[in-house]
Amino acid sequence: MSVNRLLRVGTVAVASLGVLALSACGSDPETSGSSTPSGSSSSAAGGDCPEGTLNAEGSSAQKNAIEEVISKYNEKCADVTVNYNPTGSGAGIKQFNAAQVDFGGSDSVLKTEGKDGAESEAAAAAKRCANNPAINLPMVIGPVAIAYNVDGLPKLILDGPTAAGIFQGTIKTWNAPEIAKLNPGVTLPSAQIAVFFRSDESGTTENFAKYLAAAGGGAWKGEPAKKWTGTGAGKEKSAGVAEGVKSTKNSITYVEWSYAVDNKLGVAQIDAGAGAVELTAESAGKALAAAKQSGTGNDLAMKLDYATKAAGAYPIILVTYEIACSKGLPAEKTALVKSFLSYFASTEGQASLTELNYAPLPEEIRTKVDAAIQSIS
Amino acid sequence: MTTIAANRPAMDGKALDLTGKSGSRAFKNTLATVLIGLCFLLALIPLLWILWTVISKGYSLLFDAAWWSESQRGITVRREGGGAYHAIMGTLIMALITAVIAVPIAILGAIYLVEYGKGTKLARAVSFMIDILTGVPSIVAALFIYAVWITILGFNRVGFAVSLALVLLMLPVVLRSTEEMLKLVPDELREASYALGVPKWKTILKVVIPTAFGGIVTGVMLGLARVMGETAPLLILVGYSKNINLNPFDGFQGALPTMINQDRTELSLQPAADRVWAAALTLILLVLLLNLLARLVARFSTIKSK
Amino acid sequence: MSSTDGTAPPDRPADGKKLELGPVGHLGDRLFSGMAHGSGGLVILIVAFVGIFLLALAIPSLARNESSFLFSRVWEPGASPPRFGIAALFYTTLISSIIAMVIAVPIAVGVALFTTYYAPKRLAAPVAHAIDLLAAVPSIIYGLWGILFFAPILRPVINGIGSALGWIPIFEKPPTADVGVVFTASVVLAIMILPVVTAISREIFAQTPIAHREGALALGATRWEMIRTAVLPYGRSGVVSASMLGLGRALGETVAVLIILSVPNANDPWNSSIFAGGETFASKIANNAAEFDSPEKTGAYIAAGLVLFVVTFLVNSAARLIVARSAPGGKRPRKIRRIGDKAQTEGAAL
Repeated sequence: MSVNRLLRVGTVAVASLGVLALSACGSDPETSGSSTPSGSSSSAAGGDCPEGTLNAEGSSAQKNAIEEVISKYNEKCADVTVNYNPTGSGAGIKQFNAAQVDFGGSDSVLKTEGKDGAESEAAAAAKRCANNPAINLPMVIGPVAIAYNVDGLPKLILDGPTAAGIFQGTIKTWNAPEIAKLNPGVTLPSAQIAVFFRSDESGTTENFAKYLAAAGGGAWKGEPAKKWTGTGAGKEKSAGVAEGVKSTKNSITYVEWSYAVDNKLGVAQIDAGAGAVELTAESAGKALAAAKQSGTGNDLAMKLDYATKAAGAYPIILVTYEIACSKGLPAEKTALVKSFLSYFASTEGQASLTELNYAPLPEEIRTKVDAAIQSIS
Repeated sequence: MTTIAANRPAMDGKALDLTGKSGSRAFKNTLATVLIGLCFLLALIPLLWILWTVISKGYSLLFDAAWWSESQRGITVRREGGGAYHAIMGTLIMALITAVIAVPIAILGAIYLVEYGKGTKLARAVSFMIDILTGVPSIVAALFIYAVWITILGFNRVGFAVSLALVLLMLPVVLRSTEEMLKLVPDELREASYALGVPKWKTILKVVIPTAFGGIVTGVMLGLARVMGETAPLLILVGYSKNINLNPFDGFQGALPTMINQDRTELSLQPAADRVWAAALTLILLVLLLNLLARLVARFSTIKSK
Repeated sequence: MSSTDGTAPPDRPADGKKLELGPVGHLGDRLFSGMAHGSGGLVILIVAFVGIFLLALAIPSLARNESSFLFSRVWEPGASPPRFGIAALFYTTLISSIIAMVIAVPIAVGVALFTTYYAPKRLAAPVAHAIDLLAAVPSIIYGLWGILFFAPILRPVINGIGSALGWIPIFEKPPTADVGVVFTASVVLAIMILPVVTAISREIFAQTPIAHREGALALGATRWEMIRTAVLPYGRSGVVSASMLGLGRALGETVAVLIILSVPNANDPWNSSIFAGGETFASKIANNAAEFDSPEKTGAYIAAGLVLFVVTFLVNSAARLIVARSAPGGKRPRKIRRIGDKAQTEGAAL
């Protein structure tokens, strides 16, 4: 029994020592680039640095963008902890409205009409903001690439109706006449087209479907929704569809541009009627410049024109909005939200997005967003 | 294995020769030996393959002191650096809370089954419920806690909610193994204690439990090992944070499985991929460490039954 | 540990009575006994709560459901009115788990026999530990390894079986080269349940009474004949219940399946092939956890979770029944009953 007692003491000691040892030396990494000791740095782009923790949740499309911005922001404001949980747009709105997070990220704006007489998203959001309207702030432009994996096909041109046909399942093989017509002089394989789609509900799916519906010339049948209504096999999240295309010959999918680039997939050029347009930060930015503001005042909800024929515009883009209270948060949270979001919307913040394969906000829209953030009180 | 080892003299090939074997029987015997050996090799392939994958891809970061002492704050998927400290602590804290809740219930429950309730209807019901609990998939446990903690009580998603879900998974493992151990305590010990006028509760606390202590600890460690690698409850019940958060009652909290889950979407980027496999290796090592501890405790404190 | 047959745990019927004779009535005694009873009761309460809460949240959604919950494969819990059915989930969950079992059980039995009766003693213990180690690998790693490294080499196997047996609907070859199919998930599940089934089988085989084994050998049996006539019959019910336990694990496995399986399109006609994609209860719930944005939608997923709960429970009960039925003379059931934990405890204690 004495052995037992000894062991008991020993086990407890070992376990607690381990925990202690770990907890004693835990720290945050020195952010690379800035060697300023924490505490002495406090000059954010848009004002003073508050202190505290900011929790946000939502769209996974902006995950890499917001993480980069958080990282850069922390170089300036070391005492603010920003958490972003990329669980999806629906979750972002839900958690924001339930007051579980301080701002939400969503690929679609707050809906102003409720289903079946239920409270609308916008109304619920206003309630959460102590009866002040919540505002949609376009922040990140994520181009959606049509990514493919076909041997010996470095360049592929598609137009709206053809893309709609492929993703609807009416165009079944790579050498179908519709595709051949757009890609003269290219040898296309006779293989079946393997289409991958997002199996989780996703803003990317919704935006892509909106494009197919607007530009597909009737070839797209479904109602644009977060759930896929076309053909194909579903994979979990962007990483899943990208991985699916990467490992499956003769396959195609729609995915955020960065995933297509990182996985070294082919990206189709889009011919909207004014010649084939390659996907670049610039061509994607042009599509947002062609959009109209549908919100009023500081609510910057945008209405994208997916069928735009503007020269050099790449039409399939996804705009991620940050959803924030125009008023009504506790003062310290308001300061945190303003400080972080104004950095996000600053030229510096936006510029860091380009290398991650997002498109920066066009200057005209960026100024409006910045003004809207400053108006938060 | 047990002491009845396979290699007794009677099982050597020699003994069999006495019967005068026919060709087909010898052939069948050889065939069976080959097949069984093949099964073994077949089982070894995935084992070695998985371990090799994780170790070869994950070991390098583990030798970096930062891995054990820094969080991922400010580290994006394209950047190297940072560590898993936040996730290791999250995993340990959640596991600790789980143990603090589950172990007393499990041990008391086992004491009830062995010392108090033997043969009663209630004991049979408890036993039956534990069997049900053993089979509850982790996703169902997570859904249940989601229903109670978030849908009905309206609380936030926090690390503590994960611990509650893990309690459901850990409880039956610890209870069953404790029950086994208590049953192995010889009645003579109990009777001797009663004979000396020691009350029952003291007998249990001072005689029965110390005797079975090694086995109980083993059960606890194995239960912990089972819950630490669970991913599903973390996905549903807590947000992942790259920052150090040692408070399981407030805010997002990192954990090793969710750290893997977070970065696995970016496997095409080297820094993220390195972290995925390193976090996986860390998790395996933690679980292994618990297993080893359990084995050690068990070896040095087996019940001497006679 | 019950390492020899001689240390059969005390199971005397008179036990309970005798203990009552101990000094009782102390405050400490009443407290302690109360706590023990309380914990027992708590376990019952917990399980009852799990069932009741899940049911309470599922019922409103089920009541509004416009589709047949059991026989439809539509899944639109967000539509108004909601329409959802579990037919497809049920099929994929069951077929993937059963295939996993069919693959894992023979191998597990082989490994268990190898470690108990073939391997030299020096080798047996390390080997047993090595297999147990597979259980320490988190399931998310199985998923990643499965889809990234293992699935590509399964491709030729799928093509082979598909070409040879493609005329049977269940083996129908899919038109594309996607590897995220039910069969891949099944094989990975098989690897995942292998340690559990092996550990329990090992435990049971090792308990074959010496008399049975030596009797067989004394009659001139070869080693294989001894196993066939003495060990396997003795261990049969144990192996069956071990398989059931493995099946239970496979049914509820979440993340690995989620990572591996491609989800078939809701508009495509129903495809029963194991070389097509699919969704299990667990993967469906986890995949959509981020979108539990209305009680009704959540209720639909909880209803699915409830079905998984019931199916797993039935499988586990079947395992218990089988053991109870086929146990010779009521001598062994106690040993086999707590299967997994006991076997793991044993393995760990070595």
